[in-house]
Amino acid sequence: MDGPFTTALGLILAADPALMQIIGLSLRVTLTAVLVACAIGLPLGAALALARFPGRGAVIVLFNALMGLPPVVAGLIVYLMLSRSGPLGDLALLFTPEAMILAQTVLILPIVVSLTRSVVADIWDEYREHLQSLGASRLRAVPTLLWDGRVSLLTGVLAGFGRASAEVGAVLIVGGNIAGHTRTMTTAITLETSRGNLGLAVALGIILLSLTLTLNAVAWGAGQWARGRLG
Amino acid sequence: MTRTRRFTLLGFASGLAMLAAFSASAQAFITVASTTSTENSGLFGHILPIFQADTGVEVRVVSQGTGQALETGRRGDADVVFVHARAQEEAFVAEGYGVQRFDVMYNDFVIVGPGDDPAGVRATDTAAAAMTAIAGAPASFASRGDDSGTHSAEKALWAAAGIEPAGEWYLSTGSGMGATLNTAAQVPAYALTDRGTWLSFQNRGPLEIVSEGDPVLFNPYGIILVNPERHGHVKAEQGQAFIDWILSDAGQQAIASFTVGGEQLFFPSAQ
Amino acid sequence: MTQMRPITSAILPLRLEGASYAVGDKPLLSDISLIVKPGRRLVVLGANGAGKSLLLRLCHGLIAPTAGRCIWADGSSRPTAQAMVFQRPVLLRRSVAANLDYPLALRGLSRLSRRDMVARTLARFGLDPLADQPARLLSGGEQQRLALARAWTMTPEVLFLDEPTSALDPSATRMIEEMIESFSAEGITIVLTTHNLGQARRLAEDVAFLHRGQLIEHRPAADFFAGPQAPEARAYLAGDLIW
Repeated sequence: MDGPFTTALGLILAADPALMQIIGLSLRVTLTAVLVACAIGLPLGAALALARFPGRGAVIVLFNALMGLPPVVAGLIVYLMLSRSGPLGDLALLFTPEAMILAQTVLILPIVVSLTRSVVADIWDEYREHLQSLGASRLRAVPTLLWDGRVSLLTGVLAGFGRASAEVGAVLIVGGNIAGHTRTMTTAITLETSRGNLGLAVALGIILLSLTLTLNAVAWGAGQWARGRLG
Repeated sequence: MTRTRRFTLLGFASGLAMLAAFSASAQAFITVASTTSTENSGLFGHILPIFQADTGVEVRVVSQGTGQALETGRRGDADVVFVHARAQEEAFVAEGYGVQRFDVMYNDFVIVGPGDDPAGVRATDTAAAAMTAIAGAPASFASRGDDSGTHSAEKALWAAAGIEPAGEWYLSTGSGMGATLNTAAQVPAYALTDRGTWLSFQNRGPLEIVSEGDPVLFNPYGIILVNPERHGHVKAEQGQAFIDWILSDAGQQAIASFTVGGEQLFFPSAQ
Repeated sequence: MTQMRPITSAILPLRLEGASYAVGDKPLLSDISLIVKPGRRLVVLGANGAGKSLLLRLCHGLIAPTAGRCIWADGSSRPTAQAMVFQRPVLLRRSVAANLDYPLALRGLSRLSRRDMVARTLARFGLDPLADQPARLLSGGEQQRLALARAWTMTPEVLFLDEPTSALDPSATRMIEEMIESFSAEGITIVLTTHNLGQARRLAEDVAFLHRGQLIEHRPAADFFAGPQAPEARAYLAGDLIW
C-alpha cells in the first residue's frame, strides 16, 4: 500500500488546486479567528486583570470554564444564532467562511482572555508602582503590560490557533463542509474518513500537522529570540 | 514606534481582515441540503459542474443525514432539499415547508457483511429474511442510528421482519454511512448501505454484499424547493431552475452518466 | 556640567501636615509634619520598618495619607515634575533606549523631542554603547544607572530615591552617588532613604529620623551627626538595633 506520507507528499508536489484551496481557506479562517479573538481578548483579559468590579470573579471563572467548551456546542450555538430562523438569520452568514470564523473565535476567545488575564496580572504586580510613578494611568498601562508580556502571550495565542485549526465539530456545523466553499482541512479529513479513504485522510492530517508544526516552530523561535533579546 | 501606535495598527489590520472576509461572496448561488450518500458517492462532483456551465449558478451542497437536511430546510437555511426518505419528505411538504416533491432518481440499498457470512444471509431470498437471519445468529449489525434515510429504510426492514432490534449485537453508531461502514468493517458486522456509498467506499475490509435485489430495497430520491412563502429569502427562481434542470433530459442524462468503477450508481426516475 | 541651582521651584516646598498612613487600625506613619525644602538633599534615616519607604511613597503620591495632608507649593495634588528611583529598578522588557523613551511618551512629547532627549540622556550618562541592549540583561549597577537616567529625563524638580544602592557593590554604589550629587548640583532636590550611614554622611544636607512611624528629628545633617537629641537616634548612630 502507498503510505500516507507518500500520498501527502504527492498531493503537495502536485499542488492540486482543490487541495490548495482547502489549505488556503483553513488558514484564512483560523488566522482571522485568531486575529479577531486577539483584538477582543487581549484588551478584555488585561481589563479583567486591572479592573475591580462586582462580579469580576464570576467573569473570570466563566472564561476559565469556557476554555473547555466542546467545539460542537460552540458550533451549535453559532448555528442557532446564524440560522435563517435564528436572531441573526438576516445576515445570511450560515454555511459561509465568516460563520466558521465566528465559531472559531468563540472557541479561541476564552483561551486568549484567560491567559492574558493571568500574564498581565503577574506583570502588573511587578510594574504597578513603577508605572504609577512614571505617570501611567491604569488604562495607559494596558498596552504597556500587553507589550511587555508579549512572549508569554504568544504561547496563549498559539494554543488558541492550535485549538481552532484542529477542531472539526464547529466548522462542520456552521460551515456545512461545502466543496470549494467551506471545506477546510479538518472537514475534508472527516469526509475522506467517511468515504473510507483512510490513506487520503491521513495524508491530509499530515499536511495539517506540518502546517501547525511550522507555525509553532516559527513562533517558538521568535519567542526564544525575544527572550534572549529582551530578557 | 510607540505602543499605542502598534495597537492602533493591530486593530486596523484586524478590521481590514473582517471587512475582506465579509465582502467575499457576491455571485449567484443556491444552497442545497442533501444527504451524505449523494455527496460521498461523488455524484454532485459529477453533475454540478455541468449545471453551473449551463446556467452560471453555483450550487453549494451541504451534505447531512436526511433528518438533518430536512431540518436545515425547515429552518430556511437551504433553498432546496435533495434527500431520500419518502415519508419524511411528504411530511415536510404537508407541513408547508416544501413546495412540492419530485422524483429524481433511485439507487438501491444492499446488505453487506463479513465474507464468511456467519448468519447465512446469502441463503435468504428476501431482505426481511436476511434481517431475521442476522438477528438470530451470533453476529453483529451496525446501524446508522441517525434518523437518516438509510436508517429509516433499515427500521422499515426490521418492522417487516417483525423484529425489535436491541442488544449487544445491535450497534447504533449515530453517525454517517461512511463512519458506520468503517465500524462494520472493524467489528466485523452486517450493515445496510446504499449502493452508491458502498461502491465508492475504499475501506471495506472483510465486507462483501450478501443480499441485494429485493424490491423493498429500492431507494428513491426526491427533490423539494423550500417554500418561499415560509422563508421569504429562499432563492425560489434559481432553486426552481436547478430542480427543472435536474428533472430535464440534460439533468437526467448527467445522473445516468455517473459511474464508479464502470458501474452506474443512480437511475433517473423523473416523470 | 554644573549648572546654577534654581533659586525658586514651582512645586516645592512640599509640606506634610499631620500626615498619617494606616492599614486597618495599624498605624504605619503617625502624624508626620515635615517640609521638603527646594534645592536640598534630605536623607531619611531609621531602622527597618520605621516607615522610610512609606514616607517616600507618600511624598511621591503613590499612596494617599489616611489622615493629614501633603501640600505641594503649586497647589496640585501630584505634580509631574518629580520622579522616584526604587531599591530594585523595574525596567521594561525593552531596550535601554526604549526605557528612556517610555516616560517621555507618557507625557505626550513629540517623537522628535523624545528622540533628542533620549540621545542627550544616553550621552550624558555614558549609556550610548548600551542603547540597543535589552534593559533586563544589564548588570545591577547598570540597571540602577538606567533607572536614574530615566528619572532624569523626566526633568524632575524633586527626586525620591528609596535605598538606591542597597543591592549594589561598592564601585556601583560610588557611581550612583556621583550621579545623585550631579543631579543635586543641577538644582534637583533629593530625598533619599538609606541604611548606609557612610552614604548618609556623604550625601545628606538635612536628616529626617524616623522611629516606629514617627518623625523624631528633622535637622541639618551636620547638627544631627554631631549630636542627635533623641535617645533612639543616638542609639541608631551608635549601631544599636532599636525596634
